[in-house]
Amino acid sequence: MSENHPKHAAGEHGRPDHKDPHHPSPAEEETAAVVSVDTAGGAMEPSAVPATAQSGQLPGGPDTLLRRIFTGSGMVSVLAVLLALIIGGLLIASTDKQVATTATYFFARPTDFLSAVWTAATRSYIALFQGSVFNPRGNSVAAQFAPFMETLTIATPLITAGLGVALAFRAGLFNIGAQGQIIVAGILAAWVGFALNLPLGLHLLLVLVAGIIGGALWGGLVGVLKARTGAHEVILTIMFNYIALYFLRYLLNTPAFQRPGESNPISPILDATAVYPQIFGSQYRLHLGFILAIGATVLVWWLLNRSTLGFEFRAVGANPKAAQTAGINVSRSTILVMAIAGGLAGMSGVAQVAGTEKVLTDGVAATYGFDAITVALLGRSTPWGTFAAGLLFGAFRAGAVQMQIQTGTPIDIVLVVQSLIVLFIAAPPLVRAVFGLNPRRKKPARAAKSRQAATTGGAA
Amino acid sequence: MSTTVSSPRPGTPQPAGTDNGTATMSAKPVGWKTPVLLTAFGLIALVFFGLLAPNQTASFGISTSEDFFQLPALAVNAFAGGLVLSILLLGLAGYAVYLKTKGRPAPGWLTITFIVLFVAAFLIWVVGGARTPTISLAGLIAGSVTLAVPLVFGSLSGVLCERVGVVNIAIEGQLLGGAFTAAIVASMTQNPFIGLLAAAVAGAVVSMVLALFSIKYLVNQIIVGVVLNVLVSGVTGFLFSTVMQANKAQFNSPPGLDIIEIPVLSSIPVIGPILFRQSLVGYLMYIAVLVVWVGLFKTRWGLRVRAVGEHPQAADTMGINVNATRFWNVTLGGAVAGIGGSFFTLVAIDSFTKEISGGRGFIALAALIFGRWNPIGAFFAALLFGFADNLQSIVTIIGTPVPSQFMAMLPYLVTVLAVAGLVGRSRGPAASGIPYVKG
Repeated sequence: MSENHPKHAAGEHGRPDHKDPHHPSPAEEETAAVVSVDTAGGAMEPSAVPATAQSGQLPGGPDTLLRRIFTGSGMVSVLAVLLALIIGGLLIASTDKQVATTATYFFARPTDFLSAVWTAATRSYIALFQGSVFNPRGNSVAAQFAPFMETLTIATPLITAGLGVALAFRAGLFNIGAQGQIIVAGILAAWVGFALNLPLGLHLLLVLVAGIIGGALWGGLVGVLKARTGAHEVILTIMFNYIALYFLRYLLNTPAFQRPGESNPISPILDATAVYPQIFGSQYRLHLGFILAIGATVLVWWLLNRSTLGFEFRAVGANPKAAQTAGINVSRSTILVMAIAGGLAGMSGVAQVAGTEKVLTDGVAATYGFDAITVALLGRSTPWGTFAAGLLFGAFRAGAVQMQIQTGTPIDIVLVVQSLIVLFIAAPPLVRAVFGLNPRRKKPARAAKSRQAATTGGAA
Repeated sequence: MSTTVSSPRPGTPQPAGTDNGTATMSAKPVGWKTPVLLTAFGLIALVFFGLLAPNQTASFGISTSEDFFQLPALAVNAFAGGLVLSILLLGLAGYAVYLKTKGRPAPGWLTITFIVLFVAAFLIWVVGGARTPTISLAGLIAGSVTLAVPLVFGSLSGVLCERVGVVNIAIEGQLLGGAFTAAIVASMTQNPFIGLLAAAVAGAVVSMVLALFSIKYLVNQIIVGVVLNVLVSGVTGFLFSTVMQANKAQFNSPPGLDIIEIPVLSSIPVIGPILFRQSLVGYLMYIAVLVVWVGLFKTRWGLRVRAVGEHPQAADTMGINVNATRFWNVTLGGAVAGIGGSFFTLVAIDSFTKEISGGRGFIALAALIFGRWNPIGAFFAALLFGFADNLQSIVTIIGTPVPSQFMAMLPYLVTVLAVAGLVGRSRGPAASGIPYVKG
């Protein structure tokens, strides 16, 4: 692998003359169309991270590498998911008892071993699917689709927090702080929800506004510190996550937040007027927050691709110095983008306290804030990509619970698969190499030549 | 930019136009920030630690029973002590303001003295207000060192990686991987030393993935780091649930590394327990700090490493293989962090649990920045975090008016203050985070 790669790199990015077709297939054209909508007609490259943060110089410049990653991205994404699932399956199989038993007589009957591996992996994945999309064993149609509703419920906070992370990525900021932003939003939203008595409608609106403001303040504070002092936002957001968590733990032990007559750190249940209505009746947990998440996706899409502000964000993300020179106030952009990102993460906090959980505990953010980072990365920081990634990871989360119950495979496998997906999607040449999609060299001489090209820079 | 930044080492080249993107564009010769912040903290100290301090005597035990000779406990009236210290603090702040009016920046010793005095005032205030206003200072410091061990290894890993131009967010994953591997290998071989070695290998493997993706595939280093943390957490969690819990005796009962006492020396008050009553990992920590410092700043290897991290093009021109240097340094860094991870399962606790590193990799990252990318600076920064961590558990026991959650928040607040500029704007290696592609 490490031996081979430079050849691929050189072959791909270095030589524009190789045979690999540049004509996109119909499917690719479709993706490209979606993408071009998403990127203002291709004026901006929706890379996972803006070019400044991403790398110094890319071989061959953006015309070859980025464009190629991009045109092939649909295919690579699918293959990356597949590869991650295969590795996850191997990990599941490696700890399976039946696999271990058959491995002892592998050389006598290798088919036994292979079928045991296959069974172990697929059993878990089928359970995962049944727990997240469709359960054929359900008594009624409603019960059969219950897993899908659960997926949407879990996807809701992932989508909004993921949008916050994605938006910050586009402006060149690594917002690791969705976790803390969700927590602060949850604190404010929950307090408004259980402490105030307001009429129906207004109460919920205030809960939502309080949550968004809470998240925006927590995110915006990072923006202010970054803009004023130049402190790195990665460190700041990580620290703010912990500060928020301990603050929440403190509050849950105070009379103002602790449920009366309760010794555990748990808040009162939110008023009935303060919670999201359930969309498809009380049989599913799916609540209004999901509709709002769709709305937020549209809003972020509009913000990034149709508004002046969004253009400024992207300009700052692409090259802060150029943006500064062009008259964009970089400090203002930094503060604003962090505040909006925090507000989006705040919506996740509201979805948790006013939708799914209906109380405030110190696990209000679960791991949504951290998962949001992988969601945004998988979605390549585009609004609809993030939306889709949120659905996928929501499905993983929902299905993992069922998988653990049915097959005993620990939920942690989901973390493995998720992180592998992001890793592979970020490194298309690796995925292509694994699946043998890299263009082959015809003669050894040319291979040698291209290796030399790699060591001398690869950039033609 | 080169006017306000304080480079990690004076004399390191500061190539133009290699702003990391972290700095704002405005660069003033001497800012008001430090004097203002110092004054604000001086006033906080005066009001809370001085005027509002309880009139109770705080006593700090200095000797432990195992020492050669017993030093008397240090007893301070909280009110008087707080008042004196806060006036000293305000004096320092005033001096900083005076220097500012002369157009000179506050010197480093001033900030450091300020921090030390502030911590002392805080300590007197916290202990003075407790139900039992007595703590063992020796125990507090020795405990801080113990808690700081994984942090020091983690931040050394960060130093090694960032000095060569690769941002290492994956310290958490390296610690966790080391902890897990140390536990499982030591359990299976019943030999903690093999476990320690395996931990180093595990950390190196995590690092190699980081290096492979960031150097060969040019994936953004922060992305790889973040994702690796999740990956390691997932893999160790998965194997913990499936393998370790199924057979705890065989896979998750590692023999520990014993505390090695150096005769005579370990009985010196205060210093003895810190320097001469440590586990093997603890002694390795001191050695590692010194070796990395000497290596980076006094050897040819270190010069090359720093050149690659500051100006890879120049290093390349001089015949240094930039990407190979990066790859092996990152790998070495991972091995160091892996050893730090073994501390959790071989010294601190005698078995592995999920997420045993508990976010300390991120604290190590903060210590690295706090310590300005210098091994010795990172060591003391990590000590400060260990101190805050230990203080939190001790003051919870002696019962103070400060809620324990706020004490737990302290290290993170300190970090925010530190990176936001109390200690001056810090600047990492210029090429850190930027992949190097020839041509």
